[in-house]
Amino acid sequence: MPVLEVRDLQKHFPVATGTLLRRKTGWVKAVESINFSIEAGETLGLIGESGCGKTTTAKLILLQERPTGGTIRFDGEDIGGLHGDGLMRYRRSVQVVFQDPFASLSPRMRVGDIIAEPLEIHTGMTRQQLQQRVAEVLELVGLSPDVAKLFPHEFSGGQRQRVAIARALATNTRLIILDEPVSALDVSIRAQIINQLEHLQDTLGVSYLFIGHDLATVAHISQRIAVMYLGHLVEIAESTELCAHPLHPYTQALLIAALPAHPDAKQERIAITGEIPSALAPPPGCRFHTRCPHAMPRCSVEAPVSKEVAPGHAVACHLF
Amino acid sequence: MAITTAGRGTEARAAGRWRGKLSAARELPLLPIFILVPFAFAALFAELIAPYDPTMPIPGAKFFMPPYWMEGGSPDALLGTDFQSRDILSRLIFGARVSLLVGIMGTVVAGSLGTALGILSGYLGGWVDQVIMRVTDAWLALPALVFAIFLATLLGPSMWNIVTILGLVYWTRYARVIRGEVLSLREREYVKLAEIAGASSLRVIMRHILPNVLNTTMVLASLTIGVVIIAEASLSFLGVGVPPPEPAWGLMLSEARSTLMAGKWWLTVFPGVCILLVVLATQLFGDWMRIRLDPQQRNL
Amino acid sequence: MTTPYLEVRDLQTHFTTFGGSRVVKAVDGISFSLREGETLGLVGESGCGKTTTCLSIVGLLPPAARIAGGEIRLAGEDLTKKSPREMRRIRGRKIAMILQDPMASLNPLFNIYTQVSEPAYYHLGIRRQSLRRRVEDLLRSVRIPSPAMRMRNYPHQMSGGMRQRIVGAIALAGGPKLIIADEPTTNLDVTIQAQYLDLLKDIQQETGVAIIFVTHNLGIVAKMCDRMAVMYAGKIVECGSVRDLFGAPSHPYTKALLGSMAKLGSKEPLFAIPGQPPDLANLPPGCAFHPRCAEATQHCSEHEPKIVPCGQDWTAKCWLAHPKESLRHDHARA
Repeated sequence: MPVLEVRDLQKHFPVATGTLLRRKTGWVKAVESINFSIEAGETLGLIGESGCGKTTTAKLILLQERPTGGTIRFDGEDIGGLHGDGLMRYRRSVQVVFQDPFASLSPRMRVGDIIAEPLEIHTGMTRQQLQQRVAEVLELVGLSPDVAKLFPHEFSGGQRQRVAIARALATNTRLIILDEPVSALDVSIRAQIINQLEHLQDTLGVSYLFIGHDLATVAHISQRIAVMYLGHLVEIAESTELCAHPLHPYTQALLIAALPAHPDAKQERIAITGEIPSALAPPPGCRFHTRCPHAMPRCSVEAPVSKEVAPGHAVACHLF
Repeated sequence: MAITTAGRGTEARAAGRWRGKLSAARELPLLPIFILVPFAFAALFAELIAPYDPTMPIPGAKFFMPPYWMEGGSPDALLGTDFQSRDILSRLIFGARVSLLVGIMGTVVAGSLGTALGILSGYLGGWVDQVIMRVTDAWLALPALVFAIFLATLLGPSMWNIVTILGLVYWTRYARVIRGEVLSLREREYVKLAEIAGASSLRVIMRHILPNVLNTTMVLASLTIGVVIIAEASLSFLGVGVPPPEPAWGLMLSEARSTLMAGKWWLTVFPGVCILLVVLATQLFGDWMRIRLDPQQRNL
Repeated sequence: MTTPYLEVRDLQTHFTTFGGSRVVKAVDGISFSLREGETLGLVGESGCGKTTTCLSIVGLLPPAARIAGGEIRLAGEDLTKKSPREMRRIRGRKIAMILQDPMASLNPLFNIYTQVSEPAYYHLGIRRQSLRRRVEDLLRSVRIPSPAMRMRNYPHQMSGGMRQRIVGAIALAGGPKLIIADEPTTNLDVTIQAQYLDLLKDIQQETGVAIIFVTHNLGIVAKMCDRMAVMYAGKIVECGSVRDLFGAPSHPYTKALLGSMAKLGSKEPLFAIPGQPPDLANLPPGCAFHPRCAEATQHCSEHEPKIVPCGQDWTAKCWLAHPKESLRHDHARA
C-alpha cells in the first residue's frame, strides 16, 4: 500500500473583485484532478513551472489548504476526515522542507529549540530526552550536536538547510515534502544536500515528494517524476524512462530547455513559444494547446484524459 | 566551525558592516539620556530631594514669591511659590513622579491591550479580525481628548483612573500596527512550519508571533509615552485629571492660568518647560529605538 | 586575431569596513580579456567577487568599495582613470548591464517606450520619429510581439519573461559593444529561460556584441559561452575555453563544480564539495581553496600558487598545474 495516495485532487480558489462588496467573480483552478501515489522509501519528483499548481498540491497534502474535491489518503486513511489523535499522528508523520533556509528558521530561536519544536508538540519528552534526540538528528544530517545552542544566523545556507532537514526528521517522519530544497543554495552546496537526502532515504526509508523546476536535479533524486502544467498532471513515469522517452510535448520542451552538461552536447532550439497562460482564464481543451507545436483542432475543444501507454508511464495527450 | 553567512554574499555583508559602523557612531542617544535621567532620578527620590512638602504651604512664606534671582525672591524657595505659597521646585519634583508614572503605566496598559488585540486580530483572522478591527476603527474616529474627558468624568478623578483612561484611549495605534506586522509574520515559513508540525494557535502566538512583534511594541511605546504625558497634563489642566492638591505639571499650569496675565510667569513656564523636555526626550529616544531595533540593521 | 575589446589586468577591488580598520579584498588581482563578439562566463559561488568585478567595470561600486589597483581597458582606454561623468557617457553607450530581477530593473511608473528610448535619446541623440522607429526595432529584436502597441504598456502589464526581454532591449538601446549580464535568467522559468538564452544568442549574432555572463549555473555556461573564468574567493582560479575546461579541468575547484552538477538521465552520485565557501574577511593561508580541496598537500596550505599557463589561452592557479621543476625550485627557496 502506498504511503500517500492522491485521487482526483482539486483546489479552486475564489477570485473576488470590488473593494466594498467583495463578490466572487471567478475561480482560479490551481489544481484540477490530479492523481499520484508515493510508496514507502520512494521519491516522487513533481516538476513544473511557476503557477502550475505544484505548491498548492504541497499545501493540500500538508493540510494548509482544504481541497475542493478529491481525496488524499495517508496509509489508506482519508486525511480530510482526520481530527484529534489521528490528525496529530498525521502531522507527526508528514513534514516539509522549504526552499529558503533563511526564511524557514525562526531568527530568535536556538537551533536546538527549532529542531525540538515538533517533538515538544507531539511527545512528552523530558528536557534531557529532547536534547538527546536533537543531537541524534543533528548527527544524521552531518552536523555536530554542539551546534544546538547556536542561532540560525550563525550558519551558512547549506548548514541551515541541514537544520531544516533535521527538524523535519525529528519525529520519525514517514514523508517529507521537499519544496525546491536546493534552489536557494550555492552550487557547491547543492550536491552535499542532495547526497545527504539520498543517504537519509537509504538509511531511514523515508519517502520524499521532491518539488522542483530543474529537470536534471529532480531526475537525479527521484525514482518517478510527475510533470504538471496549469493544474493538470500531463505525464508521469519512471525518471529514467521520462528522460529517455518523454511523450508529452510539454515534457519534451522541458527536456530541451534543460541546460546541457557539456558544451558539445547536442543543443536544440526550444520549439514552444509564448508563456504560461493565466490560471484565471486557462485555455479550453488541453491546457497546453496554445503553446504546443503539435496542436490539433481537437486539442482546443476536448481535454485529454491520462492514459497508461506503458507500465507506469501515463500521459494526458491526444497524440497517444 | 565555519560561521559564515555565505548565502548573503560577502560583498553585501562588508558594505553592511560599513553602514553599521556609521550608526554605531551615534550609538547612544545622549541628549534624551541627559534629559531623562535627572527627571527619573527626581521622580524616584522625590522625598529626599524636594526641599518642602509639595502639598503644604512653606511656613512663613509669601504667596507668588518670584524665583530667588528676582527682586523679592528668596533662596528658601529657589523657583518661587504659588498662590498657596507652596514651593514650585518641590511641586515640579513630585510632579515628575506623577507624569512619568502616568506616562509609563498608561503606555503599558495601552501597549498590552493593543498588542494582545492586534495579535489576535492578525493571527486568527476571520470574524475575530473583523470585529476587533471595526471596533478599532470606531475607536479611532473618537477624538482622543474628548473621549478621555468623557471617561474621566465617568470614572472620577484619581491617578490610577487616569492611567486606565489613557490606556483605553491609546491602544488603537498598537492594535493597527501590530495586526499589520502579524499579517506578514503569519506567512513566514517558520510560522507555517510550526503549524504544519501541529502547533496550537496559542503555541504559535507565544513562541513565534509575540517575540517577533515585541520590538515594534517597544518602539511604539517609547513614542507613545510623550503623547500620554501630554494627555495627562491636558486632563489635569482641564480639571478632570489628577485631583488637587496632588502636584502634577498639568494641574500646575491650570492653577496658574488666571495669574499668567499678571506677569507671574514662573508659575507656568517651569512646568511647561518640564513637559516639553520630557516629551521631547521620549520622542528622541523612541526615534533612536526605532532605528536601533530595526531587524535589518540589528542583524548585522 | 584582434586585440581584446575589454582587458582587465590585475584588478583589485577592496571593501573598507569599520572606518578603514579592516579591508576585505572582494576582488584580488584578477586578469581576463574579452574580444569583440565573444561570450565570457564568469562563474563562481555567491560572495566570490563576481558581482564586484562587474560593478568595478561599469564604475558603479558601492561607497565602501574602491578599486585599489590594476586597470580595466575598454578599447584601449583605462576605465579606472575615468571621472564619474565620463563613466556615465560610457555606461549605456559602450557597456550595458542586465540584472537579475527584471521587475526591479524597470521603473513601474514609466511606460515601456520611455524606458527603452532613454539610452538612445541621451547617448545617440535620436529624436522624435526616428526614436519611435528605433524603439520599435529594438522591441522587435527582442521578439516582443506587436511592438507599436506594446511600447505603450507599463511593466506590470507584462509577464516576467517579457519584462526581462524589455530589460534586454534597454541594454541594446545605446548600441553597446559589451553587455554584462548578471544572472539574468535566475528568476525565469525553465522554458522561458531557454527562450531568453536563444534570444541572447541571436542578438549576439546580429549585433556582434560581447557578453560577460555572470552565473553560478555551469549549464548556462556550457550553452552560451566561448570562454569561462572560474572565480573563488576573489581570485580567478582557472580561465580558458569552455570546451577545454569542461573536457579536462586543471583546477580541482573547476573539477569539483563540474562533478557537483546534476546531469540529465544520470543517477550517479554527485560529487559534493565539502565545507563552505570561505569568508573573504578571514581567508585561509596559502591557496584559499585548500581546506575544501581533495588534492591539497601541505605545500598548498602554506604557499599561494601563481597563475600558470596550461594550454593555449588557458591558465590555472593551482600547484598541480605548475611544472614540476618550478615546484621543486619553490620548495628549495622555501
